[in-house]
Amino acid sequence: MPENRYDNGPRPGQDRYVAPPEEVTVGAVDALAEDQAPSSMWQDAWREMRRRPMFWIALAIITVAVVIAIVPELFTSHGPRQCSLAESLLPPSGEHWFGTDKNGCDVYTRVIFGARPSVTVGVLATTFVVLLGGSIGAIAGYFSGWLDTILSRITDIFFAIPFFLAALVILSLLPNRNALAVALVLASFGWTSIARITRGSVLSVKNNEFVTAAKALGMSRLGILVKHALPNAAAPIIVYATVALGTFVVAEATLTFLGIGLPTSIVSWGGDLSQGRTIIRQAPEVLIYPAVALGTTVLGFIMMGDVVRDALDPKARKR
Amino acid sequence: MTPRKRLMGVGATLLAGSLVLSACGGGIGEQTEGDSEAVITVSSGEPQNPLIPSDTNEVYGGLVVRNIFSGLVYYDVNGAVQNEIAASIESDDNVTWTITIEDGWTFTDGTDVTAQSFVDAWNWGAYGPNAANLTYFYEPIEGYDEVQVPVDEDGEPTGEDPEAETMSGLEVVSDTEFTVTLKQPESDFPVRLGYTAFFPLPEVFFEDPEAFGEAPVSNGPYTLTEWDHDTAITVEPNPDYAGDRVPQNGGVEFLAYTDEDSAYNDLLANNLDIVTNVPASAFATFEEDLGDRAVNQPAAVTQVINVPEYVEDFQGEAGLLRRQAISMAIDREGITETVYDGARTPASDFTNPVINGWSDDIPGSEVLEYNPEEAGSLWEQAEEMDPLGDDYTLFIASNADSDHQSWIDPACNTIREALGIECEFDAYPVFDEFLEARDNREIKGLFRGGWQADYPAMSNFLGPIYGTGAGSNDMDYSSEEFDAKLTEGNAAETPEEATEIYKEAQEILFQDMPGIPLWYYNTTAGYSEAVDNVEFGWDSDPILYQVTKSE
Amino acid sequence: MLWYIGRRLLQVIPVFLGATLLVYGMVFLRPGDPVAALGGERGLPEAVAQQIREQFHLNEPFFVQYLYFLRGIFTFDLGPDFTGRPVAETIANAFPVTFQLAIMALVIETVFGIGFGLVAGMRKGKLFDSTVLVWTLLLIAVPTFVLGFVAQIIFGVQLGWLPVTAGRNPDFESLLMPAMVLAGTSMAYILRLTRTSVAENLTADHVRTARAKGLSRSQVTNRHVLRNSLIPVVTFIGADLGNLMAGSIVTEGIFNINGVGGTLFESIIRGENVTVVAIATILVLVYIAANLLVDLLYAVLDPRIRYA
Repeated sequence: MPENRYDNGPRPGQDRYVAPPEEVTVGAVDALAEDQAPSSMWQDAWREMRRRPMFWIALAIITVAVVIAIVPELFTSHGPRQCSLAESLLPPSGEHWFGTDKNGCDVYTRVIFGARPSVTVGVLATTFVVLLGGSIGAIAGYFSGWLDTILSRITDIFFAIPFFLAALVILSLLPNRNALAVALVLASFGWTSIARITRGSVLSVKNNEFVTAAKALGMSRLGILVKHALPNAAAPIIVYATVALGTFVVAEATLTFLGIGLPTSIVSWGGDLSQGRTIIRQAPEVLIYPAVALGTTVLGFIMMGDVVRDALDPKARKR
Repeated sequence: MTPRKRLMGVGATLLAGSLVLSACGGGIGEQTEGDSEAVITVSSGEPQNPLIPSDTNEVYGGLVVRNIFSGLVYYDVNGAVQNEIAASIESDDNVTWTITIEDGWTFTDGTDVTAQSFVDAWNWGAYGPNAANLTYFYEPIEGYDEVQVPVDEDGEPTGEDPEAETMSGLEVVSDTEFTVTLKQPESDFPVRLGYTAFFPLPEVFFEDPEAFGEAPVSNGPYTLTEWDHDTAITVEPNPDYAGDRVPQNGGVEFLAYTDEDSAYNDLLANNLDIVTNVPASAFATFEEDLGDRAVNQPAAVTQVINVPEYVEDFQGEAGLLRRQAISMAIDREGITETVYDGARTPASDFTNPVINGWSDDIPGSEVLEYNPEEAGSLWEQAEEMDPLGDDYTLFIASNADSDHQSWIDPACNTIREALGIECEFDAYPVFDEFLEARDNREIKGLFRGGWQADYPAMSNFLGPIYGTGAGSNDMDYSSEEFDAKLTEGNAAETPEEATEIYKEAQEILFQDMPGIPLWYYNTTAGYSEAVDNVEFGWDSDPILYQVTKSE
Repeated sequence: MLWYIGRRLLQVIPVFLGATLLVYGMVFLRPGDPVAALGGERGLPEAVAQQIREQFHLNEPFFVQYLYFLRGIFTFDLGPDFTGRPVAETIANAFPVTFQLAIMALVIETVFGIGFGLVAGMRKGKLFDSTVLVWTLLLIAVPTFVLGFVAQIIFGVQLGWLPVTAGRNPDFESLLMPAMVLAGTSMAYILRLTRTSVAENLTADHVRTARAKGLSRSQVTNRHVLRNSLIPVVTFIGADLGNLMAGSIVTEGIFNINGVGGTLFESIIRGENVTVVAIATILVLVYIAANLLVDLLYAVLDPRIRYA
């Protein structure tokens, strides 16, 4: 199919949908490559993805963010806590690319060093949430009956706990408040939405023709769930997860803002957003850098999520 | 009153301050013709206790109570004591005080304010089972111990009633005269009498204290009209008020704000007349935003970092050197100027410039000057005596539910720089966790202490914090010499004499360094174009009765 | 269907017990001594503190305290808080305004989230789609405490379009800006979820069929694309109502709204356990009701889902 595959809207002057003229031709479908081994879903997805520029852009953004998170020292010669009050709120210069903050710390350096805790919190929390919420929701949605009832009610109970209270209690009880602890807290009370969404999607997929067909073919119930129902419910999970990644990083900022986030010895984007908030009337620009860093990282993950989703969806796949 | 309460709000900054050296307050000289019916709106918060004077220990309730009640004396704009209901307060020995009151004062229910109104109110506040928050103010009065709940050796109540119901030190002589006998001489006793704990209460209070707390019957310049919980408290002028603080406006609305920034934004949008606390985010800009409607003057709040005696690193001779080194390693000037944009003033003693007798040249106070080289070499000397190592981390503990990170971070930066050690903010998420750690003696390093004066006297900054066994002495500091000076100061015959003795007491503190004074707070406040004659008192409260408003 | 609803309502009981027990446990576990904090820097005399602990049963073991709470719930008398104010009154004061705010936010995020998501999904990869993505990123990357503050300064103080704070009169006009701020993050979710679902459904067989049949654009969009795209969106919205009510701590603070978020936050900080658990209980009821509604909506949106 040619490049304008996305063009599903009507053309100017046209008020009805008409199947695009470039619709897959019958001949194309007939031409099955019978000599090739049947490719797995993931191989198909990979072949599909690497063709798209958006995939490479997303990959580049994520790689840069991860590399910075792992070895921030490579990107700056300052220390994040080398600060001098005499250098408070300097404008950007050769020495300080993004200027300095109120305490006279180099903003560029802090953005670089802030990547590790923020990316860790975002990625870890999202992973936990997807694994926990996804499996609970999928099981509840697919098996229905008493299992659904119990799992859904457990979800309700967890939802009822005020998030702030949970964070306060857990972070107070933990001896070390680090990125892992914050991620765990965010995840242990953030999985309920994704569980509900997964359950809803699986519910709607499970009566589809292909699931019925798989059942007729004698596949086990768990097998059908993992092989057919889940991938087809993947789109909302991926979309939710990529947005959630960003909101988790920001949630860390809110926790810090409320006084229970990461300790100040750990430099993070969230912490700097929270600090920047207190000087926003005086120097709003200081706040922009961590926000842009955060936004760009989230953009990377959102784009990646989109590409992966497209690639996994056989209906939207290019051939 | 303690600053702590206010810290509890979301993002609330510590307290504001007050002004005594108020050169830049509102211009009281230019008498603008105000609308005597106009109601003034003031930023405040929801009181955390019923509006009973002896129960009110936080700023929001205090502001209301001080405007609807009158006591024996009040503090004028300069913090000086002026008689209000009292005709005279006299003593020959600072132990037995004879107090006479003026005729003609009534409560809003029409009953007279008599000597009995005072004595009954104080006895109620002191009586243990009533659990009034300000009980400790009556402690110096003879017979206080007998009205407390009996406890066994472990401090558990025995379940018995107190020995007596009233304090033997209070005696009504006539409707207009009573005597107070103290346990020991207290030269500044009259100064304390302007504090809310010493206000009178009408008879109707004792019938149903709970109902009274919701709708108090009072005797002050204003009277309460409505308490819309969590939202606003409205007061109107009291027509029967017999004192000098006659309201020049049609009443006051105390609006509850949980975030100082929103109050300030309301002021900028002309939706609010007086902001009692400028948020930290506006320290750099509020004087420009408001021009001569900005208030920035010293407040009776002193910020200290305290040194727990139980932490080994700070014990002995090496420990003392370390205390001095840390003090000299903190760039007070830099932090108050840069981080606070002048909303704090570097400290030069343990008391406060708002208080009579303050001075900046107490021997030993040099240790409060920023001197990184000297600090470094003092730390080196201490290391030679008792090494802690280069990777030693100094912890400064505080609650994190109000903004202390903004000064602890830069303070740690200068300490790291000067001493070559690590320094971290040891954050307790919520105030009561911090308090518990202090009470249980679990603090790992130094801890933040902030003290707002209850009444304008030097002793209030010394005894309650550094006296042996005092309520806020969570450092376990104990110095016989210092305690002796306190007793001596209390017994002094004149205020001047007392001031000299308290200065000597501070010399001892500078030798022992149980606390490291950092800076004094300023009252940072502002008001709208609609109001005039706005001034702030020594206690950071706006002086509301004199405010006029043009519509 | 009625049988299904009845069964679901019965399930409220274990959820209620589980949730209250868990929340009570958490409040109980939180370190700190709220009674000591009542005295501020000075502290309370030990005898006074003991009396207060006695009055609020704070010396009792965990389960006894929990039973006292249950008794309070079932006798409709939660008693006073530490300041002597009835807990029920505090809660009754906070809920109406929060409910109004949450509903407004829900409407805003639903209308704009689904609206923009639908258009973006139908024009996937086009300028509109990318523009919406950038705005979405902004909503995600800028924390509420910054977004709300900036909105307040610009639209409230500088332009004067909307009231700066809600304060005493939380009416529609003064709640509009807080509702928009509160809706921000959720709108980002709804928008992305709708967009993806729509884009996916556009390529689905039944939509192609519908188009081939020559149905009008709006018919296809409404009947075939949107309806089938809504399941994840509706699920999210159902779960979000409770979130909006409890999670508005920051928004309520900025716009000075005396609502549930702020009350909950203050109560947690002050150790007002009964208030915290009572609010959580109401929130769980709201959540259960919203979820029941969502589950019933599934059947409407997708006729293949049936409840018995």
